[in-house]
Amino acid sequence: MKDKRITVQQAGAMVPDNATVMVGGFIGVGAPDHITDELVRRGTKDLTVIANDTSFPGLGLGKMVERRQIKKFIGTHIGTNPETGRQMSAGEMDVTLIPQGTMVEKMRAAGYGLGGVLTGTGLGTLVAEGKQTVWVNGKEYLLEEPLGAEIALIYGTKVDEAGNVYYEGTTRNFNVMMSRAAKTVIVEAEEVVPVGGIDPNHVVIPGIFIDYIVEVANNG
Amino acid sequence: MDKHEMQRAIAQRVAQEFCDGNVVNLGIGIPSLAADFVPEDTMIYFQSENGILGTGPSPAAGCEDKHIANAGGKAVTVLPYGAFFDSSDSFGIIRGGHVDITVLGALQVDEAGNLANWIIPGKLVPGMGGAMDLVCGAKKVIIAMEHTAKGKPKILRQCTLPLTAAGQVNMIITEKCVFEVTQDGLVLTEISNGYTAEDIRNTTEADYILSPLLNIREVG
Repeated sequence: MKDKRITVQQAGAMVPDNATVMVGGFIGVGAPDHITDELVRRGTKDLTVIANDTSFPGLGLGKMVERRQIKKFIGTHIGTNPETGRQMSAGEMDVTLIPQGTMVEKMRAAGYGLGGVLTGTGLGTLVAEGKQTVWVNGKEYLLEEPLGAEIALIYGTKVDEAGNVYYEGTTRNFNVMMSRAAKTVIVEAEEVVPVGGIDPNHVVIPGIFIDYIVEVANNG
Repeated sequence: MDKHEMQRAIAQRVAQEFCDGNVVNLGIGIPSLAADFVPEDTMIYFQSENGILGTGPSPAAGCEDKHIANAGGKAVTVLPYGAFFDSSDSFGIIRGGHVDITVLGALQVDEAGNLANWIIPGKLVPGMGGAMDLVCGAKKVIIAMEHTAKGKPKILRQCTLPLTAAGQVNMIITEKCVFEVTQDGLVLTEISNGYTAEDIRNTTEADYILSPLLNIREVG
């Protein structure tokens, strides 16, 4: 079996400047903060980041926003980080906002071989501008296209050496679909256990979706 | 009534809409206060769009679990009948019509049940987060808000801000009154004790019909 374990430094080195990167987490919960901290240390720049939000100032993606490492952000909500809003208003960061349920389905489409999804969310709003609509059985839907990335940086509570991931609480959020939607998936694990350490009944992300595992102690 | 009491009075009225066994999603601010007014014999599945059904009260200080938070990022607990899931399942629950009631705040709401609550162009751009999906997918959409903002009406003939969704609002609850959104437009169904029909007319831009069953709501 291929050894999927790498160091946080190796993980950081896999993200080049100008890359398109998905980053898991929901307002700081279930986010790969050690890997994004490594990107801060390395000064990786001009990134396109796809994530639910930009966390809080001083935490996770919030630090990358402060250091202007993100040139384009695609997400659902930036209200918890005023610096993101400031950079957007000043024209320093390109921000695209997508309804949360639509964003996760766009990822699912990218990861599961679908040409897009049809949703009623966003009809009659700015979200619908420039998009094709489709009528099915008398109801109108927006056609939303797949959203993929070169790399996904995700979080896992417990990960076995085959890459199977187990989650506690509300930490699953976008991590699960990002593992499907990106070509290379790196999971930051709070704990790594040998194969057999996670009951197959409790696996949330099957290990085939995980390329690399970074173990960090005391993940916050 | 001070501002705090006023907000709690709105939340208390919101909670009267909940029925035993309902799946309810509460937005931040005034809507979130409604959880405090659920009768003891009523079981509600509070849903948080970050991935939890059966959200419980805030934990005691020092007892927070870093893995369990609500959609506002605040530490919460999970009740014994609760469940965790990822963002795709969460929005499947929402878009799929499995949420009975969603309660949100508003910047503006209008006669046609249009809602604006995610952007003030050029000023404030928090993003829509899950609001567009919630408003489109929930069976009943309740707007819970103060009747005016700095004395200016928020219940308008037509929203002027970009919409969150078109024609999805079912009910508007403020400290002064309750409106139901019908095919004939807004219907004033309740006036809170201490307010007059004239006061509501003077602080509501929208046209509305008086319900023949108009109630006076006792507050406090």
